[in-house]
Amino acid sequence: MSTITVTVNGKAHTSTVEPRTLLVHYLREHLNLTGTHIGCDTSQCGACVVHVDGKSIKACTVLAVQVDGASVTTIEGLAPAGELHPLQEGFWECHGLQCGYCTPGMIMAAADLLQQNPNPSDDEVRHGLEGNLCRCTGYHNIVRAVQYAAAKMRGDEVTA
Amino acid sequence: MTAEAPTKVIGKALKRREDPQLIVGQGNFLDDIKLAGMVHAVVLRSPYAHARIRSIDTSRAQAHPGVVAVFTGEDMLDINPLPCAWAAAGGRVQNNLNTPRALAVGEVHFAGDAVALVLAEDRYVARDAADLIDVDYEPLGVVVDARKAVEPGAPQLHENAPNNVIFKWDCGDAAATDAAIGSAEVVVREEIINQRLLPTPMETRGALARYESSTGEYTLWTTSQAPHVMRLLLTAFVFGIPEPKLRVISPNVGGGFGQKIFCYNDMAFTMWASKKIGRPVKFVEDRSENFKYSTAGRDHISDVEIAGTRDGQITGLRVQTYANLGAYISTIAPGIPTTLYGRIITGVYKIPAAYAHVTGVYTNTAMVDAYRGAGRPEASYLIERMIDRFAAEIGMDPAEVRRRNFIQPQDFPYHNGMGLLPYDSGNYEPALNRALEMVGYADFRAEQARARAEGRYLGVGLSSYVEICGVAPSAWIGLPGEGWGAGLWESANVRVHLTGQVVVTTGSLPHGQGLETTFAQLVADELGVAYENVVVEHSDTAGTPFGYGTYGSRSAAVGGTAIVKSTAKIKEKARRLAAHMLEASVDDVVFEDGKAYVRGSPDRSKSIGEIALQASVAYSLPEGMEPFLDETTYYDPPNCTFPFGTHIALVEVDGETGAVTLQRYVGVDDVGTVINPLIVDGQLHGGIAQGVAQALFERGVYDDNGQLVTGTLMDYAIPVASSLPSYELDRTVTPSPVNPMGVKGAGEAGTIGSAQAVMNAVIDALAPFGVKHLQMPATAERVWKAMHG
Repeated sequence: MSTITVTVNGKAHTSTVEPRTLLVHYLREHLNLTGTHIGCDTSQCGACVVHVDGKSIKACTVLAVQVDGASVTTIEGLAPAGELHPLQEGFWECHGLQCGYCTPGMIMAAADLLQQNPNPSDDEVRHGLEGNLCRCTGYHNIVRAVQYAAAKMRGDEVTA
Repeated sequence: MTAEAPTKVIGKALKRREDPQLIVGQGNFLDDIKLAGMVHAVVLRSPYAHARIRSIDTSRAQAHPGVVAVFTGEDMLDINPLPCAWAAAGGRVQNNLNTPRALAVGEVHFAGDAVALVLAEDRYVARDAADLIDVDYEPLGVVVDARKAVEPGAPQLHENAPNNVIFKWDCGDAAATDAAIGSAEVVVREEIINQRLLPTPMETRGALARYESSTGEYTLWTTSQAPHVMRLLLTAFVFGIPEPKLRVISPNVGGGFGQKIFCYNDMAFTMWASKKIGRPVKFVEDRSENFKYSTAGRDHISDVEIAGTRDGQITGLRVQTYANLGAYISTIAPGIPTTLYGRIITGVYKIPAAYAHVTGVYTNTAMVDAYRGAGRPEASYLIERMIDRFAAEIGMDPAEVRRRNFIQPQDFPYHNGMGLLPYDSGNYEPALNRALEMVGYADFRAEQARARAEGRYLGVGLSSYVEICGVAPSAWIGLPGEGWGAGLWESANVRVHLTGQVVVTTGSLPHGQGLETTFAQLVADELGVAYENVVVEHSDTAGTPFGYGTYGSRSAAVGGTAIVKSTAKIKEKARRLAAHMLEASVDDVVFEDGKAYVRGSPDRSKSIGEIALQASVAYSLPEGMEPFLDETTYYDPPNCTFPFGTHIALVEVDGETGAVTLQRYVGVDDVGTVINPLIVDGQLHGGIAQGVAQALFERGVYDDNGQLVTGTLMDYAIPVASSLPSYELDRTVTPSPVNPMGVKGAGEAGTIGSAQAVMNAVIDALAPFGVKHLQMPATAERVWKAMHG
């Protein structure tokens, strides 16, 4: 067993985990942060995307011990309680989700994308989200949702 | 007091009330649920596609630290195999229905078949222990292809199904079709393969069962599109216990697409094991298990002949289909390639003579059952591909061939001669014209010619489709007719509480379709109450009336009508109570826009809230009236509904690599009246993506040993955002006469309309190479080979 200290959504946790424990299982099973989902077993689907020290990673492909000392943000910590991040708002306004299973990972990946490119073209959004699979929306409204958030974060006028 | 009537919300693009929890990570999906004392289940699966089980030694697994118990199929012989609910065609196939058991006994029939169950304190430990189970298999012969499986000498799966044939089913007029094809000016023949698809909801399937010994009651949380049906099947057929001893709850369900309609072995083994060990048992598939074990879709091989005249009249259609249903019969599998396929094979056309023959076949593959569209995409792909083949053969514009053969507006209700209920309403040409206009069809051919001169290969593909929604009238689909083992009505209860809050409980349930929003819009307008004051409850057999669930694009047309009929009863009772409150004659009181008033004196009125209050406190009710506004409806539709439309794809094929780029996608759909355009468009987007994916990317592949080659998302190519365009949608509105709202259904239309639009475009692009047909998916390799002969 290994002892790790991780800051998750601003709160420090010291936990004892098996060295083989995946970060996604640590978040879901140990910390009960079940907003981060699991949709595959080969790192394709992106349902488990979280931020580690500000960068998006697939939590199914990282061991919990690898984030010892790091700061992790999950969908639950993207915005303060009771508030919505512009991406969360955009997904709601633009019908960017249907079943909602891919949504947390999609939003976390999009948040990293907009940090790197605050004014992406539709094509850049589509390529930027290639690591995240959605089976419901056909991506059309996800692209709109990300553009809604990008506009809002830039301070531009937004339209759903 | 007379409150202003709330704004009408039907037809408004309201954002969904389902979303707030889902966008902040507060969804409650199956694997998010933890119960005290819960153990994790892992299944040991057969590596062989067909083998006799000589022995299973679980001793090393049982001794592994952290393991609670290990079970095999022999331990679970006290429960029955899973039932089949749709034996098709008056039950003609009931003598050889081989359905799965909770765990296999004696023999395994496909790679991934469930052999043993490990329960442990931790999911990692359970998986470790599964590796410690020793199974001695005697491998047997394997067949994975439906056409090969019926040949003499093919390996046999089940003793009661000689030549692996499950059923032979037909519809239409064989003799007239033979005559039409025999005497035709033009006959085109083609082998049309509709490849196996893996539905791939982003959440896999699973079950969590808790048994309480004090009451003998089970609770089952499961990823189901039909919790009431699961309760019925598991209690009455698998366990032989009274129905109320099981409560089934569908929590948030992460996409279904048909795969989550069915009764699966994990529901049975988690229940069984929970009772056995006295602790809750959770099983959640991983993705490779979902691909290996949960149901697939499509998988048809068809020989097709289409006949007609040189001036473009279609005169005959003959179809011979082999439908691969996998190693066992899934819950409604036989009904898909029969009722929902053969009976609509003529599509949007008046074809004077048509005949379809379907052979349902066992193979050593995972079970095949409904996947989004379920039979109708196969039918639509087949006829639309053949119409283009025929148009090319006679040298006529494919749009013109369609136009010449369309069923005309005055032909409705239209009987297609295939044993289907009459098409309810339709007007096909405006949708075609609008779609042609949107893509600039008239100019496209010139652009295509210019591009070809430059060595660029552009293609345009049309698809005019019709489909069957709002399944289905029980008298038609039930046992004496189409063989469905129950009814297909739907239920709804509507109550107006003392506070004026309206609570709707439905047998339909959403797993992405936004039904809470849509249903609340319906009720708000019908009762004249604020949308915010309507709550929709669903997905739990405790507290909702029995309902058949959500699939077949039936929730608005059937479930929605049940709701509207309940609100009509509420309004009638409210009118009678208001007359009493206003001391007016019942005949003089009208209910409209949320209030009851005396005709001619609108100021003498009572709002629905005031009436509900009086109905609840019940100090003063008319003689014989029961308290409370509470009405339930069980609605059995008189017909199905038949949405339609035209989709057009524009593609470019790279002459060097064969890679296909989907440049534009236009869809003009007619789904009848639209309750929420945001949601309807979203359904169409997702449906189109799945059809495009079939045309360009997806194929579930088994090798000759029965190993699933596309066993993970690394190998099975569901599309990413960059492989799809934005969709350009428009609609025509032809209300359905079947239900009071005029809705038809939108959940599957996109999928049913799309694959053939893309394939027709690819094949159009390849015309300079003499390519007449190409099987899906049109991968670069296949296209390149077709171009280079």
